[in-house]
Amino acid sequence: MRSPSPLLTVAGLRTEFATREGVLPAVADLSFNLARGEVLGLVGESGSGKSVTGFSILGLIDPPGRIAAGSIVFDGMELVGAAPEALRRLRGKRIAMIFQDPMMTLNPVLSIETQMVETVLAHEDTTHEAARQRAVEALGRVGIAAAAERLAQYPHQFSGGMRQRVAIAIALLHKPDLIIADEPTTALDVTVQGQILYEMQKLVRESGTALIWITHDLAVVAGLAERIAVMYAGRIVETGDASEILDAPCHPYTRGLLDSVPAATHPGERLRQIRGTTPSVLRLGPGCAFRERCDRAVGECAVMPPLVEHDGRAVRCVRPLELVQ
Amino acid sequence: MTVFVLRRLAQTLLVLLITSVLVFGGLFLIGDPVEILVNPSADQIEKERATKALGLDKPLHEQYFGFLRGALTGNLGNSFVYARPALEVIFERMPATLELAFLAMVIAVVLGIPLGLYAGLRPHSVLSKTIMAGSILGFSLPTFWVGLILILIFAVTLGWLPSTGRGPTTDVLGLQLSIFTWEGLRYALLPAINLALFKLSLIIRLTRAQVREQSLLDYIKFARAKGLTNARVIGVHLLKNIMIPLVTVVGLELGSVIAFAVVTETIFAWPGMGKLVIDSIFQLDRPVVVAYLMVVVFMFIVINLVVDLLYSVLDPRVRLSEVKG
Amino acid sequence: MSAIVAAAPAVETPWQRFRRQFAESRLALLGLALLVVVIAIALFAPWIAPQNPYDLAKLDLLDARLPPGAQAADGMTYWLGTDGQGRDMLSAILYGLRVSLYVGVASGVIALTLGAVIGVLAAYLGGRFEQIIMRIVDIQLGFPAILVALILLAVLGKGVDKIIIALVTVQWAYYARTARSAAVVERSKEYIEAARALGLSAWRIVLRHLLPNALPPLIVVGTVQVAHAIALEATLSFLGLGLPPTEPSLGLLIANGYEVLMSGKYWISVYPGVALLVTILAINLVGDQLRDVLNPRLSR
Repeated sequence: MRSPSPLLTVAGLRTEFATREGVLPAVADLSFNLARGEVLGLVGESGSGKSVTGFSILGLIDPPGRIAAGSIVFDGMELVGAAPEALRRLRGKRIAMIFQDPMMTLNPVLSIETQMVETVLAHEDTTHEAARQRAVEALGRVGIAAAAERLAQYPHQFSGGMRQRVAIAIALLHKPDLIIADEPTTALDVTVQGQILYEMQKLVRESGTALIWITHDLAVVAGLAERIAVMYAGRIVETGDASEILDAPCHPYTRGLLDSVPAATHPGERLRQIRGTTPSVLRLGPGCAFRERCDRAVGECAVMPPLVEHDGRAVRCVRPLELVQ
Repeated sequence: MTVFVLRRLAQTLLVLLITSVLVFGGLFLIGDPVEILVNPSADQIEKERATKALGLDKPLHEQYFGFLRGALTGNLGNSFVYARPALEVIFERMPATLELAFLAMVIAVVLGIPLGLYAGLRPHSVLSKTIMAGSILGFSLPTFWVGLILILIFAVTLGWLPSTGRGPTTDVLGLQLSIFTWEGLRYALLPAINLALFKLSLIIRLTRAQVREQSLLDYIKFARAKGLTNARVIGVHLLKNIMIPLVTVVGLELGSVIAFAVVTETIFAWPGMGKLVIDSIFQLDRPVVVAYLMVVVFMFIVINLVVDLLYSVLDPRVRLSEVKG
Repeated sequence: MSAIVAAAPAVETPWQRFRRQFAESRLALLGLALLVVVIAIALFAPWIAPQNPYDLAKLDLLDARLPPGAQAADGMTYWLGTDGQGRDMLSAILYGLRVSLYVGVASGVIALTLGAVIGVLAAYLGGRFEQIIMRIVDIQLGFPAILVALILLAVLGKGVDKIIIALVTVQWAYYARTARSAAVVERSKEYIEAARALGLSAWRIVLRHLLPNALPPLIVVGTVQVAHAIALEATLSFLGLGLPPTEPSLGLLIANGYEVLMSGKYWISVYPGVALLVTILAINLVGDQLRDVLNPRLSR
């Protein structure tokens, strides 16, 4: 049973970057909800704006970027335009983030202990020893053996998968309400990927933490997410329950994504792909961004379709595959 | 570790040997020191006696081996001018040069790192641009000319500080040093600033470049995502990473500062090793020149060695992999 | 269904792009302007200088150490005063600039050529050759430039050619190291292997592939080094080594004025220094921007 008021409400988010060639709208007209304890898969190609979404929520967009419009309400608090100190208090404590490259995420010259203890002490007034104990427990929970000894070590002494576990442990230190995981398994070996996915699933269920899992790989979210949101060229083009989207996608892009998974073709059959290439967000004309690659495009597509929502399902298309009433 | 140090020592000896051969042979070609040192009206017999006394009548290789033999016992020959062991003369002057170099480095580091840090963190502010413009000026100004200008302004026109010479010395750990007294510091200030200017500019630019490079890296974003205060992110995470290349450069520059003191000492009539060697070159006092070079090269190599060791202490990635392998 | 083709941006040649990026810094443009002025002065010195400072017949000792603005017997104004020999400072500075620039650029070009060839060759040959050559480079770089130059000049004596030799000796190692680093990056690229597999001669590979790719970082190092060389030459001349008094460089002029500095006759030392400063500053401003523009790591 879900709590009726959503944990996170993003409405009309627009994040821009000022570049030499003009203002780049990395994310535009972005709206979605997240319930408490829900697992949302945010799916999109590179350049679709999914990482920027994550950073926007955390308030980590630095100049030349800025949040130009929209609102992000977290547990009743408006994050856009909030005071820096208020945002800082949220980060790591109530909203945590896990990044993509475990190699570069942890500071190579500080010990794991330092990096975990400082996270505890940044939000709680406790002793160093107590913080250390919590760190040991957290490491144990993510499946790192001999946690007490490994605390004193440095990031380069851990393997990629282990480093990511450490990052997860850090994220869980304060039992946050929301974890944003930005492609946490992309840089890892396939077998390790599976382990991390499993761990995350277990931990999130145990603690009731909401999770936004950002990825470009549909297969990854298939088993993990309860709901899926698909992004293309800075906008959400489809949202809905995971099973519904995977079985019966509404947006042609989602259909294309599902079809292009190699496992979807029989041996000997030609691999399917979406024709064309991802457009640069700078060069988008008015109208649906997917137009040029879409087999179903018509004249009306020259105007950007709105996100039509009904009963938990939403699609941004004038000719969706399935109608959203 | 011991293998490393031993190998370095062997290299040191080799370099010293080669240097001594080159310098010895080179100076042999300059001219006859006797012509300079002996009374011009002296007759041939007196000149021959002087030549014999200084051992200059022997063939070059004999002179050199005599030198080597002496070197093994720590005797690098007697100064032609002072009629005392060359090493003794040099060691007498060394504290003066070292304290000047030390003061200059302190000024450069204490001012340079904070300025560079600011310029790196706020690259577009007016102050930053001023700092950077100033730094280009700093390493474009020819040191010796700046020295003259400093004397002109502070000593001749304003009369605040003395123009030449070294202040009264006190005994510090067995060495005669002047910078630990107020009066002594007054004398040392202008030459130290002069010497520091170039290094200051270098450190500012290096620090700023490092800050800009490191600030973009993921671990900084991750540190902020954990909710750490800005002060901690910059003061601990960023600084520790910058320190490593910074310390290396500062260490290496120390040797260069000692060498460049030659110019500053000449302008400010500072009685250090540098002034000694310039005078000795003109007076063709070969033993002193050779001894000076030996000493400076040796110092250089020791400094290099210390910097290398320091580097491995500061950077856990280097330190721990060395221990393993 | 209308297909709208995205408009392709106007294509600019690499040269145009370089010019545009370079011009982004106003300071660099200022530096470039100054540099052009300095070079022009150096080239045309014999025609624009009011007096030939080398012509001993023209010098009148009675005119020695006159302040700026003083008049000569024949009505010529000493705009920047005169030095200890009665030389017009302005003329001396113009000629001195010429000498300083010549020495700096000549030694830079020679050192660059020498260093580039050695460095690229070392990278191409690899193995023991590379090790030995780079060791020598490292040792050379471990010595402070000023000491090496001092000793060399003490041995060689005075003269323009001698100081160029000293400056080249001090600088070649920087170029060698830069060239080798660039060549090492290049040689591991596959097209070099392909060229080798095709049987292209070593010289061809070095000349047509490795060397051109080493050029951008070499140019950047080059500008800084030339500025450095000019400063070093001035320092050495100031100390009394290097250039003979018959061909005074700016350093020597400054040295001449050192003794009378205390008595307030500042112009003999200060103005040549300003000329020196402007030259070095101009080169550094240009070199700084060049480095930013040619840096492959800064995405532009």
